[in-house]
Amino acid sequence: MSDVYERVKRIVVERLGVEEAEVTAEASFKDDLGADSLDVVELVMELEDEFDLEISDEDAEKITTVGEVVNYIQSHS
Amino acid sequence: MAQRVVVTGMGVVTSLGSDIRTFWNNLLAGKSGVSRIEAFDTSDYTTKIAAEIKNWDPEAYGLDKKNARKMDRFVQFAAAASLMALKDSGLEIGSNAESDRVGVSVGSGIGGLGTWEEQHSLLLERGPRRVSPFFIPMMIANMASGQISMITGAKGPNTTTVTACATGTHSIGDSFRMIQRGDADAMICGGAEATVRPMAMAGFCSMRAMSTRNDEPEKASRPFDVDRDGFVMGEGSGVLILESLEHALGRGAHIYAEVIGYGMSGDAYDMVEPDPDGAARCMARAIKDAGIAPEEIGYINAHGTSTPVGDKSETTAIKTTFGDHAYKLAVSSTKSMTGHLLGAAGGIEAVILALTLQNGVIAPTINLDRQDPELDLDYVPNAPRKADIRTALSNSFGFGGHNATVIMRKYEA
Repeated sequence: MSDVYERVKRIVVERLGVEEAEVTAEASFKDDLGADSLDVVELVMELEDEFDLEISDEDAEKITTVGEVVNYIQSHS
Repeated sequence: MAQRVVVTGMGVVTSLGSDIRTFWNNLLAGKSGVSRIEAFDTSDYTTKIAAEIKNWDPEAYGLDKKNARKMDRFVQFAAAASLMALKDSGLEIGSNAESDRVGVSVGSGIGGLGTWEEQHSLLLERGPRRVSPFFIPMMIANMASGQISMITGAKGPNTTTVTACATGTHSIGDSFRMIQRGDADAMICGGAEATVRPMAMAGFCSMRAMSTRNDEPEKASRPFDVDRDGFVMGEGSGVLILESLEHALGRGAHIYAEVIGYGMSGDAYDMVEPDPDGAARCMARAIKDAGIAPEEIGYINAHGTSTPVGDKSETTAIKTTFGDHAYKLAVSSTKSMTGHLLGAAGGIEAVILALTLQNGVIAPTINLDRQDPELDLDYVPNAPRKADIRTALSNSFGFGGHNATVIMRKYEA
Protein backbone atom coordinates (compact mmCIF):
# COMPACT_ATOMS: atom_id res chain seq x y z
CA MET A 1 0.00 0.00 0.00
CA SER A 2 1.42 3.32 -1.03
CA ASP A 3 1.47 6.38 1.14
CA VAL A 4 -0.66 8.19 -1.48
CA TYR A 5 -3.30 5.46 -1.32
CA GLU A 6 -3.46 5.70 2.47
CA ARG A 7 -3.87 9.46 2.38
CA VAL A 8 -6.55 9.26 -0.33
CA LYS A 9 -8.35 6.59 1.66
CA ARG A 10 -8.36 8.70 4.82
CA ILE A 11 -9.95 11.64 2.98
CA VAL A 12 -12.51 9.45 1.21
CA VAL A 13 -13.55 7.80 4.47
CA GLU A 14 -13.94 11.16 6.17
CA ARG A 15 -15.74 12.94 3.35
CA LEU A 16 -18.05 10.20 2.14
CA GLY A 17 -18.70 8.61 5.53
CA VAL A 18 -17.83 5.11 4.30
CA GLU A 19 -15.95 2.25 5.96
CA GLU A 20 -12.22 1.92 5.22
CA ALA A 21 -12.71 -1.58 3.86
CA GLU A 22 -15.01 -0.23 1.15
CA VAL A 23 -12.30 2.06 -0.23
CA THR A 24 -10.62 -0.44 -2.55
CA ALA A 25 -8.69 0.55 -5.69
CA GLU A 26 -11.58 -0.63 -7.86
CA ALA A 27 -14.28 1.20 -5.89
CA SER A 28 -16.23 3.73 -7.97
CA PHE A 29 -16.97 6.97 -6.15
CA LYS A 30 -20.49 7.21 -7.51
CA ASP A 31 -21.52 3.57 -7.85
CA ASP A 32 -19.83 2.00 -4.83
CA LEU A 33 -19.17 4.81 -2.37
CA GLY A 34 -22.45 6.72 -2.70
CA ALA A 35 -20.95 10.01 -3.86
CA ASP A 36 -23.04 12.47 -5.86
CA SER A 37 -21.56 14.91 -8.37
CA LEU A 38 -20.92 17.59 -5.73
CA ASP A 39 -19.24 15.08 -3.41
CA VAL A 40 -16.78 14.32 -6.19
CA VAL A 41 -16.04 18.01 -6.77
CA GLU A 42 -15.46 18.51 -3.07
CA LEU A 43 -13.24 15.45 -2.91
CA VAL A 44 -11.12 16.71 -5.79
CA MET A 45 -10.70 20.06 -4.03
CA GLU A 46 -9.60 18.31 -0.89
CA LEU A 47 -7.13 16.12 -2.76
CA GLU A 48 -5.69 19.20 -4.46
CA ASP A 49 -5.04 20.67 -1.03
CA GLU A 50 -3.67 17.46 0.42
CA PHE A 51 -1.22 16.83 -2.42
CA ASP A 52 -0.58 20.44 -3.41
CA LEU A 53 -1.51 19.99 -7.05
CA GLU A 54 -4.16 21.14 -9.47
CA ILE A 55 -6.51 18.68 -11.09
CA SER A 56 -8.15 20.25 -14.14
CA ASP A 57 -11.91 19.86 -14.53
CA GLU A 58 -11.25 17.88 -17.68
CA ASP A 59 -9.04 15.39 -15.85
CA ALA A 60 -11.35 15.28 -12.83
CA GLU A 61 -14.24 14.18 -15.03
CA LYS A 62 -12.28 11.15 -16.20
CA ILE A 63 -11.53 9.93 -12.70
CA THR A 64 -14.20 7.53 -11.48
CA THR A 65 -12.43 5.11 -9.10
CA VAL A 66 -10.14 5.34 -6.08
CA GLY A 67 -7.35 3.63 -8.02
CA GLU A 68 -7.56 6.17 -10.83
CA VAL A 69 -7.16 9.01 -8.35
CA VAL A 70 -4.13 7.38 -6.76
CA ASN A 71 -2.53 6.84 -10.18
CA TYR A 72 -3.26 10.39 -11.23
CA ILE A 73 -1.68 11.82 -8.07
CA GLN A 74 1.36 9.56 -8.33
CA SER A 75 2.00 10.58 -11.92
CA HIS A 76 1.42 14.30 -11.37
CA SER A 77 3.21 15.05 -8.11
CA MET B 1 -66.31 22.38 1.21
CA ALA B 2 -63.02 23.24 2.94
CA GLN B 3 -61.37 20.50 4.94
CA ARG B 4 -61.07 21.01 8.70
CA VAL B 5 -57.41 21.03 9.75
CA VAL B 6 -55.94 19.75 13.01
CA VAL B 7 -52.56 19.59 14.72
CA THR B 8 -51.47 15.98 15.21
CA GLY B 9 -47.76 16.22 15.91
CA MET B 10 -45.20 18.72 17.20
CA GLY B 11 -41.44 19.00 17.55
CA VAL B 12 -39.14 21.70 18.91
CA VAL B 13 -35.45 22.43 19.11
CA THR B 14 -34.88 25.30 21.53
CA SER B 15 -32.56 26.48 24.28
CA LEU B 16 -35.40 25.63 26.69
CA GLY B 17 -35.47 22.02 25.64
CA SER B 18 -35.53 19.96 22.50
CA ASP B 19 -38.55 17.82 23.25
CA ILE B 20 -42.13 18.97 23.81
CA ARG B 21 -42.39 17.94 27.45
CA THR B 22 -39.21 19.64 28.65
CA PHE B 23 -39.96 22.73 26.58
CA TRP B 24 -43.49 23.08 28.01
CA ASN B 25 -42.45 22.37 31.59
CA ASN B 26 -39.73 25.01 31.38
CA LEU B 27 -42.18 27.55 29.97
CA LEU B 28 -44.63 26.90 32.81
CA ALA B 29 -41.76 27.12 35.31
CA GLY B 30 -40.94 30.56 33.93
CA LYS B 31 -37.39 29.64 32.98
CA SER B 32 -35.26 31.76 30.69
CA GLY B 33 -33.31 30.10 27.89
CA VAL B 34 -30.99 33.09 27.49
CA SER B 35 -27.28 32.93 28.34
CA ARG B 36 -23.88 34.26 27.30
CA ILE B 37 -22.99 33.37 23.73
CA GLU B 38 -20.40 30.59 23.45
CA ALA B 39 -20.33 30.13 19.64
CA PHE B 40 -17.84 32.95 19.09
CA ASP B 41 -15.94 35.69 20.90
CA THR B 42 -18.38 38.51 21.62
CA SER B 43 -15.84 40.92 23.18
CA ASP B 44 -16.42 43.57 20.51
CA TYR B 45 -20.20 43.17 20.33
CA THR B 46 -22.58 45.37 22.28
CA THR B 47 -24.86 42.35 22.77
CA LYS B 48 -23.18 39.22 24.14
CA ILE B 49 -26.23 37.10 24.98
CA ALA B 50 -28.69 34.87 23.13
CA ALA B 51 -31.03 31.92 23.57
CA GLU B 52 -28.27 29.74 22.18
CA ILE B 53 -28.43 25.97 21.86
CA LYS B 54 -25.29 24.58 23.51
CA ASN B 55 -23.54 21.35 22.52
CA TRP B 56 -25.82 20.67 19.56
CA ASP B 57 -25.48 17.11 18.31
CA PRO B 58 -27.59 16.39 15.22
CA GLU B 59 -26.92 12.66 15.47
CA ALA B 60 -28.71 12.56 18.82
CA TYR B 61 -31.86 13.64 16.95
CA GLY B 62 -31.80 10.94 14.34
CA LEU B 63 -29.78 12.70 11.65
CA ASP B 64 -27.22 10.70 9.75
CA LYS B 65 -23.67 12.04 10.22
CA LYS B 66 -22.96 12.13 6.51
CA ASN B 67 -26.18 14.01 5.76
CA ALA B 68 -25.80 16.39 8.67
CA ARG B 69 -22.39 17.49 7.40
CA LYS B 70 -24.08 18.87 4.29
CA MET B 71 -26.70 20.80 6.25
CA ASP B 72 -26.40 24.27 7.63
CA ARG B 73 -27.23 24.44 11.33
CA PHE B 74 -30.70 25.85 10.58
CA VAL B 75 -31.46 22.84 8.35
CA GLN B 76 -30.23 20.48 11.07
CA PHE B 77 -32.61 22.14 13.54
CA ALA B 78 -35.48 21.94 11.04
CA ALA B 79 -34.82 18.30 10.20
CA ALA B 80 -34.56 17.32 13.87
CA ALA B 81 -37.80 19.10 14.78
CA SER B 82 -39.57 17.57 11.77
CA LEU B 83 -38.52 14.02 12.63
CA MET B 84 -39.67 14.64 16.20
CA ALA B 85 -43.04 15.99 15.05
CA LEU B 86 -43.58 13.12 12.63
CA LYS B 87 -42.80 10.57 15.30
CA ASP B 88 -45.13 12.37 17.70
CA SER B 89 -47.94 12.29 15.13
CA GLY B 90 -47.50 8.63 14.30
CA LEU B 91 -48.00 9.56 10.65
CA GLU B 92 -46.45 7.03 8.28
CA ILE B 93 -45.60 8.74 5.02
CA GLY B 94 -45.42 5.48 3.12
CA SER B 95 -44.74 5.33 -0.58
CA ASN B 96 -46.19 6.82 -3.76
CA ALA B 97 -49.91 7.52 -3.40
CA GLU B 98 -49.61 8.40 0.29
CA SER B 99 -46.33 10.28 0.14
CA ASP B 100 -47.71 12.45 -2.65
CA ARG B 101 -50.32 13.72 -0.16
CA VAL B 102 -47.82 14.88 2.49
CA GLY B 103 -46.11 18.23 1.93
CA VAL B 104 -43.44 20.34 3.58
CA SER B 105 -43.21 24.05 4.32
CA VAL B 106 -40.53 24.80 6.90
CA GLY B 107 -39.17 28.28 6.31
CA SER B 108 -36.33 30.39 7.59
CA GLY B 109 -36.08 34.13 7.98
CA ILE B 110 -32.44 34.29 6.97
CA GLY B 111 -31.22 30.84 5.91
CA GLY B 112 -27.71 29.43 6.04
CA LEU B 113 -25.88 32.41 7.42
CA GLY B 114 -23.21 30.33 9.17
CA THR B 115 -22.39 28.62 5.89
CA TRP B 116 -22.24 32.03 4.18
CA GLU B 117 -19.74 33.32 6.72
CA GLU B 118 -17.44 30.30 6.55
CA GLN B 119 -17.39 30.15 2.77
CA HIS B 120 -16.97 33.88 2.37
CA SER B 121 -13.91 33.68 4.62
CA LEU B 122 -12.54 30.93 2.38
CA LEU B 123 -13.20 33.06 -0.69
CA LEU B 124 -11.25 35.97 0.78
CA GLU B 125 -8.41 33.85 2.17
CA ARG B 126 -7.95 31.27 -0.58
CA GLY B 127 -9.88 32.42 -3.63
CA PRO B 128 -12.94 31.30 -5.56
CA ARG B 129 -11.65 27.82 -6.37
CA ARG B 130 -11.79 26.91 -2.70
CA VAL B 131 -15.48 27.74 -2.18
CA SER B 132 -17.32 24.49 -1.47
CA PRO B 133 -19.60 23.02 -4.12
CA PHE B 134 -22.05 22.59 -1.26
CA PHE B 135 -22.05 26.30 -0.42
CA ILE B 136 -25.15 27.18 -2.46
CA PRO B 137 -27.30 24.15 -1.62
CA MET B 138 -26.38 24.44 2.07
CA MET B 139 -27.03 28.17 2.31
CA ILE B 140 -30.32 28.67 0.45
CA ALA B 141 -33.29 29.22 2.77
CA ASN B 142 -35.52 26.68 1.03
CA MET B 143 -33.19 23.76 1.74
CA ALA B 144 -34.87 22.96 5.07
CA SER B 145 -38.03 21.98 3.20
CA GLY B 146 -35.91 20.21 0.57
CA GLN B 147 -33.90 18.17 3.06
CA ILE B 148 -36.98 17.28 5.11
CA SER B 149 -38.62 15.82 2.02
CA MET B 150 -35.48 13.75 1.31
CA ILE B 151 -35.29 12.44 4.86
CA THR B 152 -38.99 11.69 5.26
CA GLY B 153 -40.03 10.83 1.71
CA ALA B 154 -42.81 13.46 1.69
CA LYS B 155 -43.54 14.17 -1.98
CA GLY B 156 -46.52 16.52 -1.76
CA PRO B 157 -46.38 20.32 -2.04
CA ASN B 158 -42.89 21.50 -1.08
CA THR B 159 -42.26 25.18 -0.54
CA THR B 160 -40.65 27.82 1.60
CA THR B 161 -41.78 31.16 2.92
CA VAL B 162 -39.23 33.85 3.77
CA THR B 163 -40.90 36.70 5.62
CA ALA B 164 -38.35 37.44 8.34
CA CYS B 165 -39.91 37.02 11.79
CA ALA B 166 -43.33 36.13 10.33
CA THR B 167 -41.92 33.12 8.43
CA GLY B 168 -43.04 30.39 10.84
CA THR B 169 -46.60 31.66 11.10
CA HIS B 170 -46.92 32.20 7.35
CA SER B 171 -45.61 28.66 6.75
CA ILE B 172 -48.21 27.21 9.11
CA GLY B 173 -51.03 29.39 7.77
CA ASP B 174 -50.19 28.61 4.15
CA SER B 175 -50.05 24.90 5.00
CA PHE B 176 -53.45 25.20 6.68
CA ARG B 177 -54.79 26.62 3.40
CA MET B 178 -53.21 23.86 1.30
CA ILE B 179 -54.93 21.20 3.39
CA GLN B 180 -58.22 23.14 3.50
CA ARG B 181 -58.40 23.19 -0.28
CA GLY B 182 -57.21 19.64 -0.73
CA ASP B 183 -53.66 20.11 -2.07
CA ALA B 184 -52.38 17.79 0.65
CA ASP B 185 -53.71 15.57 3.45
CA ALA B 186 -50.88 16.53 5.79
CA MET B 187 -48.15 19.18 5.97
CA ILE B 188 -44.89 19.25 7.89
CA CYS B 189 -44.70 22.98 8.61
CA GLY B 190 -43.02 25.61 10.74
CA GLY B 191 -39.74 27.50 10.85
CA ALA B 192 -36.05 27.19 11.67
CA GLU B 193 -33.29 29.69 12.36
CA ALA B 194 -29.60 29.61 13.27
CA THR B 195 -28.39 33.18 13.42
CA VAL B 196 -26.38 33.29 16.62
CA ARG B 197 -23.54 34.12 14.26
CA PRO B 198 -21.15 37.07 14.02
CA MET B 199 -22.74 38.69 10.94
CA ALA B 200 -26.29 38.50 12.27
CA MET B 201 -25.30 39.66 15.73
CA ALA B 202 -23.22 42.53 14.29
CA GLY B 203 -26.08 43.58 12.01
CA PHE B 204 -28.72 43.57 14.73
CA CYS B 205 -26.27 45.28 17.14
CA SER B 206 -25.81 48.06 14.61
CA MET B 207 -29.58 48.44 14.39
CA ARG B 208 -29.64 48.87 18.20
CA ALA B 209 -32.42 46.29 18.08
CA MET B 210 -31.18 43.87 20.73
CA SER B 211 -31.01 44.00 24.50
CA THR B 212 -27.62 44.86 25.96
CA ARG B 213 -28.45 43.54 29.41
CA ASN B 214 -25.37 41.32 29.15
CA ASP B 215 -24.80 40.91 32.89
CA GLU B 216 -28.29 39.52 33.50
CA PRO B 217 -29.02 37.33 30.45
CA GLU B 218 -32.05 35.69 32.03
CA LYS B 219 -33.65 39.07 32.60
CA ALA B 220 -32.84 40.55 29.22
CA SER B 221 -36.03 39.58 27.38
CA ARG B 222 -38.77 41.50 29.20
CA PRO B 223 -41.70 42.24 26.92
CA PHE B 224 -44.15 44.91 28.09
CA ASP B 225 -41.84 45.85 31.01
CA VAL B 226 -40.91 49.51 31.30
CA ASP B 227 -37.20 48.59 31.34
CA ARG B 228 -37.22 46.49 28.15
CA ASP B 229 -34.35 47.44 25.86
CA GLY B 230 -34.60 45.23 22.79
CA PHE B 231 -35.08 41.65 21.70
CA VAL B 232 -32.84 38.69 22.51
CA MET B 233 -31.75 36.52 19.60
CA GLY B 234 -32.76 32.87 19.78
CA GLU B 235 -32.13 29.86 17.57
CA GLY B 236 -33.84 26.56 16.91
CA SER B 237 -36.93 25.23 15.20
CA GLY B 238 -40.61 24.58 15.78
CA VAL B 239 -42.49 22.20 13.48
CA LEU B 240 -46.10 21.00 13.43
CA ILE B 241 -47.84 18.23 11.59
CA LEU B 242 -51.07 19.68 10.26
CA GLU B 243 -53.54 17.19 8.90
CA SER B 244 -57.04 17.17 7.50
CA LEU B 245 -59.48 16.14 10.22
CA GLU B 246 -60.71 13.34 8.00
CA HIS B 247 -57.20 11.93 7.57
CA ALA B 248 -56.39 12.28 11.27
CA LEU B 249 -59.59 10.56 12.38
CA GLY B 250 -59.09 7.87 9.78
CA ARG B 251 -55.87 6.74 11.40
CA GLY B 252 -56.92 7.41 14.99
CA ALA B 253 -54.36 10.17 15.55
CA HIS B 254 -54.07 12.23 18.72
CA ILE B 255 -55.41 15.73 18.04
CA TYR B 256 -53.81 18.60 19.95
CA ALA B 257 -56.01 21.37 18.55
CA GLU B 258 -57.78 22.57 15.44
CA VAL B 259 -56.50 25.40 13.24
CA ILE B 260 -59.51 27.55 12.37
CA GLY B 261 -58.24 30.86 11.01
CA TYR B 262 -55.38 32.54 9.19
CA GLY B 263 -54.79 36.18 8.38
CA MET B 264 -52.11 38.10 6.54
CA SER B 265 -51.43 41.75 5.86
CA GLY B 266 -48.71 44.18 4.82
CA ASP B 267 -47.87 47.42 6.59
CA ALA B 268 -46.79 49.42 3.50
CA TYR B 269 -45.03 51.62 6.00
CA ASP B 270 -41.36 51.08 6.92
CA MET B 271 -38.60 48.50 6.49
CA VAL B 272 -38.29 47.76 10.19
CA GLU B 273 -40.74 49.87 12.18
CA PRO B 274 -44.19 48.34 12.67
CA ASP B 275 -47.46 50.08 11.87
CA PRO B 276 -50.16 49.06 14.38
CA ASP B 277 -52.76 49.29 11.65
CA GLY B 278 -51.12 46.41 9.75
CA ALA B 279 -51.18 44.10 12.75
CA ALA B 280 -54.78 45.04 13.56
CA ARG B 281 -55.94 44.29 10.00
CA CYS B 282 -54.04 40.99 10.12
CA MET B 283 -55.77 39.84 13.33
CA ALA B 284 -59.14 41.01 12.02
CA ARG B 285 -58.68 38.97 8.84
CA ALA B 286 -57.79 35.85 10.80
CA ILE B 287 -60.88 36.29 12.97
CA LYS B 288 -63.05 36.76 9.89
CA ASP B 289 -61.45 33.73 8.26
CA ALA B 290 -62.24 31.66 11.36
CA GLY B 291 -65.85 32.83 11.20
CA ILE B 292 -65.88 33.78 14.87
CA ALA B 293 -66.53 36.92 16.89
CA PRO B 294 -63.48 38.74 18.35
CA GLU B 295 -64.91 38.10 21.81
CA GLU B 296 -64.33 34.38 21.36
CA ILE B 297 -60.54 34.81 21.56
CA GLY B 298 -59.42 34.01 25.11
CA TYR B 299 -55.64 34.14 24.71
CA ILE B 300 -53.11 35.82 22.45
CA ASN B 301 -49.57 34.55 22.16
CA ALA B 302 -48.08 37.92 21.29
CA HIS B 303 -45.28 38.64 18.87
CA GLY B 304 -43.98 40.61 21.91
CA THR B 305 -40.27 40.78 21.12
CA SER B 306 -39.33 43.10 24.02
CA THR B 307 -38.45 46.05 21.79
CA PRO B 308 -39.72 49.42 23.03
CA VAL B 309 -41.60 50.17 19.78
CA GLY B 310 -42.85 46.68 18.89
CA ASP B 311 -44.60 45.84 22.16
CA LYS B 312 -46.36 49.20 22.15
CA SER B 313 -47.48 48.82 18.56
CA GLU B 314 -48.87 45.33 19.14
CA THR B 315 -50.74 46.47 22.25
CA THR B 316 -52.32 49.28 20.22
CA ALA B 317 -53.25 46.81 17.49
CA ILE B 318 -54.89 44.43 19.98
CA LYS B 319 -57.01 47.30 21.34
CA THR B 320 -58.00 48.32 17.81
CA THR B 321 -59.04 44.78 16.93
CA PHE B 322 -60.76 43.79 20.14
CA GLY B 323 -62.07 47.03 21.67
CA ASP B 324 -63.19 46.44 25.27
CA HIS B 325 -62.54 42.73 24.94
CA ALA B 326 -58.79 43.54 24.73
CA TYR B 327 -58.89 44.03 28.51
CA LYS B 328 -60.64 40.71 29.13
CA LEU B 329 -58.42 38.36 27.15
CA ALA B 330 -55.01 37.15 28.28
CA VAL B 331 -51.88 38.13 26.35
CA SER B 332 -48.45 36.67 26.98
CA SER B 333 -45.09 36.81 25.27
CA THR B 334 -43.25 33.54 25.61
CA LYS B 335 -40.28 35.26 23.93
CA SER B 336 -39.55 36.47 27.47
CA MET B 337 -38.27 32.89 27.96
CA THR B 338 -37.42 31.55 24.52
CA GLY B 339 -35.83 34.68 23.08
CA HIS B 340 -36.78 35.65 19.54
CA LEU B 341 -36.16 32.82 17.09
CA LEU B 342 -36.89 35.06 14.06
CA GLY B 343 -38.23 32.77 11.32
CA ALA B 344 -38.69 29.91 13.79
CA ALA B 345 -40.65 32.02 16.29
CA GLY B 346 -44.05 31.33 14.70
CA GLY B 347 -43.24 27.62 14.70
CA ILE B 348 -42.52 27.29 18.40
CA GLU B 349 -45.31 29.70 19.28
CA ALA B 350 -47.87 27.64 17.36
CA VAL B 351 -46.67 24.68 19.41
CA ILE B 352 -47.27 26.75 22.54
CA LEU B 353 -50.74 27.75 21.33
CA ALA B 354 -51.75 24.11 20.84
CA LEU B 355 -50.34 23.13 24.25
CA THR B 356 -52.21 26.02 25.90
CA LEU B 357 -55.51 24.78 24.47
CA GLN B 358 -54.81 21.16 25.27
CA ASN B 359 -53.60 21.71 28.84
CA GLY B 360 -55.75 24.65 29.95
CA VAL B 361 -52.82 26.66 31.22
CA ILE B 362 -51.19 29.83 29.89
CA ALA B 363 -47.41 30.25 29.87
CA PRO B 364 -46.45 33.59 31.43
CA THR B 365 -44.57 36.68 30.35
CA ILE B 366 -41.56 36.58 32.66
CA ASN B 367 -39.45 39.54 33.79
CA LEU B 368 -42.57 41.67 33.85
CA ASP B 369 -41.51 43.41 37.06
CA ARG B 370 -42.74 46.91 36.29
CA GLN B 371 -45.36 46.94 33.57
CA ASP B 372 -44.97 49.84 31.16
CA PRO B 373 -47.69 52.30 32.27
CA GLU B 374 -48.56 52.89 28.61
CA LEU B 375 -49.22 49.19 28.08
CA ASP B 376 -52.30 48.25 30.06
CA LEU B 377 -53.43 44.78 28.98
CA ASP B 378 -53.34 41.56 30.99
CA TYR B 379 -49.95 40.14 30.05
CA VAL B 380 -50.02 37.14 32.47
CA PRO B 381 -47.02 38.40 34.45
CA ASN B 382 -44.40 36.02 35.83
CA ALA B 383 -46.56 33.01 36.73
CA PRO B 384 -48.49 30.52 34.62
CA ARG B 385 -52.25 30.71 34.83
CA LYS B 386 -54.87 28.00 34.70
CA ALA B 387 -57.47 29.01 32.16
CA ASP B 388 -59.77 26.86 30.13
CA ILE B 389 -59.14 28.65 26.84
CA ARG B 390 -61.29 27.52 23.92
CA THR B 391 -59.89 29.75 21.19
CA ALA B 392 -56.44 31.34 20.96
CA LEU B 393 -54.47 33.45 18.52
CA SER B 394 -50.78 33.78 17.69
CA ASN B 395 -49.18 36.81 16.05
CA SER B 396 -45.96 37.17 14.08
CA PHE B 397 -44.69 40.33 12.44
CA GLY B 398 -41.62 40.57 10.23
CA PHE B 399 -39.24 43.22 8.92
CA GLY B 400 -40.66 44.41 5.63
CA GLY B 401 -44.06 44.86 7.25
CA HIS B 402 -45.19 41.23 6.86
CA ASN B 403 -47.90 40.26 9.34
CA ALA B 404 -49.33 36.82 9.98
CA THR B 405 -51.88 35.51 12.50
CA VAL B 406 -53.14 32.00 13.12
CA ILE B 407 -56.09 31.03 15.29
CA MET B 408 -56.51 27.65 16.93
CA ARG B 409 -59.41 26.15 18.82
CA LYS B 410 -59.75 23.24 21.19
CA TYR B 411 -60.69 20.25 19.12
CA GLU B 412 -64.39 19.56 19.40
CA ALA B 413 -65.92 16.82 17.30
